[in-house]
Amino acid sequence: MVAALRRRTPAYLLLAPGALWLIIFFVIPLYFMAKLSLDTEIPGTLHYRFTWEWSNYKEALELYDTQFGRSFIYAGIATLLCLIIAYPLAYVIAFKAGRWRNLMLFAVVAPFFTTYLVRTLAWKTILSNESPITEILHAIGLAPSGHILYTGFAVIAGITYNFLPFMVLPLYASLERIDVRVLEASKDLYASATSTFWKVTLPLSLPGVVAGTLLTFIPAVGDYVNAEFLGGANNRMIGNVIQSLYLTQSDYSAAAALSFVLMAVIMIVVFIYIRFAGSEALMGQEAV
Amino acid sequence: MSATPATTPGEGSLSAETGAARAWRWVREHAVNVVAVLVVIYLLVPIVVIFVFSFNNPAGRYNFTWVGFTLKHWSHPFSDTELTKAMLTSIKLALLATVISTIVGTMMAIALVRHKFVGRRITNFLIVIPMATPEVVMGASLLSFFLVLGTPALGFETLLIAHVMFCISFVVVVVRSRLIGFDRSLEEAAKDLGAGPFTTFRLVTLPLILPGIFGAAMLAFALSIDDFVISNFNSGTTVTFPLYIFGAAQRGIPVEVYVVAMILFFATVAAMGFATWQQRRAEKMTAIRPEQEAADIALPGVA
Repeated sequence: MVAALRRRTPAYLLLAPGALWLIIFFVIPLYFMAKLSLDTEIPGTLHYRFTWEWSNYKEALELYDTQFGRSFIYAGIATLLCLIIAYPLAYVIAFKAGRWRNLMLFAVVAPFFTTYLVRTLAWKTILSNESPITEILHAIGLAPSGHILYTGFAVIAGITYNFLPFMVLPLYASLERIDVRVLEASKDLYASATSTFWKVTLPLSLPGVVAGTLLTFIPAVGDYVNAEFLGGANNRMIGNVIQSLYLTQSDYSAAAALSFVLMAVIMIVVFIYIRFAGSEALMGQEAV
Repeated sequence: MSATPATTPGEGSLSAETGAARAWRWVREHAVNVVAVLVVIYLLVPIVVIFVFSFNNPAGRYNFTWVGFTLKHWSHPFSDTELTKAMLTSIKLALLATVISTIVGTMMAIALVRHKFVGRRITNFLIVIPMATPEVVMGASLLSFFLVLGTPALGFETLLIAHVMFCISFVVVVVRSRLIGFDRSLEEAAKDLGAGPFTTFRLVTLPLILPGIFGAAMLAFALSIDDFVISNFNSGTTVTFPLYIFGAAQRGIPVEVYVVAMILFFATVAAMGFATWQQRRAEKMTAIRPEQEAADIALPGVA
């Protein structure tokens, strides 16, 4: 018993600093936020008292249900667009790029090397009325008529762009792992290229689809930079609301309640996904 | 598509079918390539825009429309003292957060790969959850924590605490993947040759996982220097580079922001290139032994 304990001590010693950091500065703050979300403000002061005030949730959700729904819709559309855009690219990098592979992978991560906010500001230029891209989008009918900036279209475009690498990398990782001989076998058995894709390639790349969807959707739902820079007053997302309630209106209880609901909904989505795909999909592919 | 040519009977139909099929396949294969190239262009367009607009000479305080070419912002990229100060704060913060999270995260990764212990699953969970939490929630909950405790005062310390917190998970994941693909016989050989556990770690394990640690450190640095959301909640009056940009966005963005962003871009590309080169060298070094061994085993079999 003592020997077993001694053998395990180094493991716990190695774990302790990191685990404690995460417990103190991630888990315990969540507890504090949960508590804050059920507090009532003592009138006239900035102090709060714990009163199991469930009405905080009700009021916050009633007041901000549009922004809540909008966040999930914007993030959902952006995630779907990311999947559609990222899959051909990941496929080509994995199977067809040859000596261009590293260069293309570099192009995928290159946006990360520019500051997130500056990247988003660049989209302000790209989608402005004077930009040739806006003209092209109008000409081919991809964008709604009128100006694009400060609309939901611009916010979704920004989110799609900013989180696209999170979709490409896990997709590429799972496609690259596919044994090419399996694809050849399918061809040898007279499957057309189309049915090989639907029946072999796509199912084998599903872990990548799952990981990519999660890695894109989670940050997209909570994002508020794109809505702040590219959207107008009618495109505010739940992140904008939480941010302004916390930082400018000091309505901590409502903000905490909204954060908690957001976290809860996302956790439910993640758990459904993990049950469906196994936790390794999230753990292993995140490495890129 | 295969049904159409089958309806035309006769000798020539077979070759026509394969010809048509081949042409169709050619179009389709190249269509995927064309789409991929378009997506690559899409990924690079904003970077080109940032680069081009770092040479812009805007009339007003906003740098959103093209006015004319100038080199003046590139010749004095650090003329804006507020911006320079924010950049220096960001670099200092990122360096400290990288050092702490890399050390702490590497220790966790080693424990997870090398040791069996009670509470493994919960530890894995503890590492995954921060990565699956939206940044607003992390930022807001940390702010709640600091507000309720009343200490430490919001500023550089709280930023450092927050940055280390969100970097740890990524460091663990990267170093862990390097440790899993690790040839343990090298460590056993060191032990057989009389090296103690500490010497073995210093002379064998550490050099071999160093590229992984270096990659993790670079990721942590990149995450920290680019973080806006969590920092926005916990910065107090301290201003980092992203926070400066957000503040400036309301009153006009100096072109120097684009110049500094570009300098940061080129520096990161150079560091990435160096890291890849190092990793290839390390892989070549470790690859020599097993290959020779494989040749030794294979040869008698052939003979």
